[in-house]
Amino acid sequence: MTSLLRVWPPIALGVLGLVLWELVVRLAGVPAFLLPAPSAIGAAIGQQFPVLLSTAGVTGANSLVGLVAGFLLGVVLALLAAWSRLLRELTTPVVLAASAVPIVALAPVFTTMFGSTTELPRRLVVTIVVLVPVFVSTARGLRQVAPVHDELMTALAASPWQRARFVRLPGAVPHIMTGLRLAAPAAVIAAVVAEYFGGLQNGLGSRVSSAAANTAYARAWAFVAASIVLGLLFHLAGLLAERLVSRGRT
Amino acid sequence: MTGGAGTTAVRLSGLDKAFGPVEALSGIDLEVAGGEFVSLIGPSGCGKSTLLRVVADLEKPTAGTVEVGGKTAERARLDQDYGIAFQQAGLLEWRTVAENVELPLQVHGVARAERRKRAGELLELVGLADFAGSRPGQLSGGMQQRVAIARALAPSPKLLLMDEPFGALDEMTRERMQAELLRIIGETGAAVLFVTHSIPEAAVLSDRVVVMSARPGRITDVIDGCRPRGGAALAGQGVDGAEVVADEVDDVRESTAFFASITAVREALRKGHG
Repeated sequence: MTSLLRVWPPIALGVLGLVLWELVVRLAGVPAFLLPAPSAIGAAIGQQFPVLLSTAGVTGANSLVGLVAGFLLGVVLALLAAWSRLLRELTTPVVLAASAVPIVALAPVFTTMFGSTTELPRRLVVTIVVLVPVFVSTARGLRQVAPVHDELMTALAASPWQRARFVRLPGAVPHIMTGLRLAAPAAVIAAVVAEYFGGLQNGLGSRVSSAAANTAYARAWAFVAASIVLGLLFHLAGLLAERLVSRGRT
Repeated sequence: MTGGAGTTAVRLSGLDKAFGPVEALSGIDLEVAGGEFVSLIGPSGCGKSTLLRVVADLEKPTAGTVEVGGKTAERARLDQDYGIAFQQAGLLEWRTVAENVELPLQVHGVARAERRKRAGELLELVGLADFAGSRPGQLSGGMQQRVAIARALAPSPKLLLMDEPFGALDEMTRERMQAELLRIIGETGAAVLFVTHSIPEAAVLSDRVVVMSARPGRITDVIDGCRPRGGAALAGQGVDGAEVVADEVDDVRESTAFFASITAVREALRKGHG
């Protein structure tokens, strides 16, 4: 009941926004290349629905593969960095530098490197985008070991690997999940935008750019809408994963 | 009693420990016999915790020798010859109570089934068998500390090192825990080296109370405590040990010997201070 009360105001706002949008476009005669009406976009969604699904599947798969790869890589690198001072000094600046680079700018380079007939370039872009927040938050979690736990593991003569397995890693899980939650929607953004720079024409991003280039504005917006839905799905999945894990711990 | 009277649990001779220019411990000579309960008491900064940490091989001495059960401190640590409990229970909150008790055994590669069994016995011993599947966060402070003691006892150590384990508990819980501890170590026969701030606690628990003074940390006096011994011997024979020991401890707390111990420790502390 209370969740229903919390959910309906934003929905009402959204519906109101769509109605206003429709009215403005119709009454002011806004040209379609500037802003198509929601009704036109809705019609395009209806027409393109099978294509929307299949392209969303491709982009979703790229996002997921990149998310999983980047997540695993981020956690492993953070573990190595926590383990060895040398590795920490090697990896930390590189990962932080990666966060400063506009990574989607690498997409055309990767496409040239790996060829335009493979999904690999997009997945690589997603991997790097995901790697950064996962690495940073995992490293933070791994650093926050309670002194009493550290002492205990020393008193128990635990090996470095046992320390990681029994104390550091489980203690860092909430931080790791926060990293995953932040990275999940970013993975979709990276996968969509990476498609703007050539390569295979089978995903949402490539459809947005080709529809726009062909002056099919309502169709372009239909694919944008699908990208938004996909991003929301990843966001919710990340949120759910974080909630589930943190609930299992108290 | 499995502690083995006659054997020496801890032997320290000529022990010095300095942190840079600060002399934390100076010329410490101390022996703890098998099955003996020895308390370390003294003002803050007298190095009593440092002394315990040297025995645990968490700190290296600057000079002198440390023997734990006839081995070097490091060898004893690597062999898990001692159990340790800190002021904070320090339980891993993502593990169940039973899994926390199993931790020392898991670190030393004991098989799962055997770990489970041992954890069950220990939780029975500390009276928390019903909480095996609970998370530490669901337990009170006193219960958490009992879990920490069970964990320290998991590898069946001959020596228990305790650094103000009841320091964070309220007075009522504290007195109950003291009786519990006496019963538990009575059943296991372990020797105990026990750091505390509390004079009555030291007096009621200990065979001997070691009084220390600060700057530099050294031993100024050793006073006999009033540890009751009778009930623990009965406990193994189908008698309700907890009840017997609790009664015994209550008797001790009202005895003249107890007040004599307290007075002696207090005077030794004052002497060391002046």
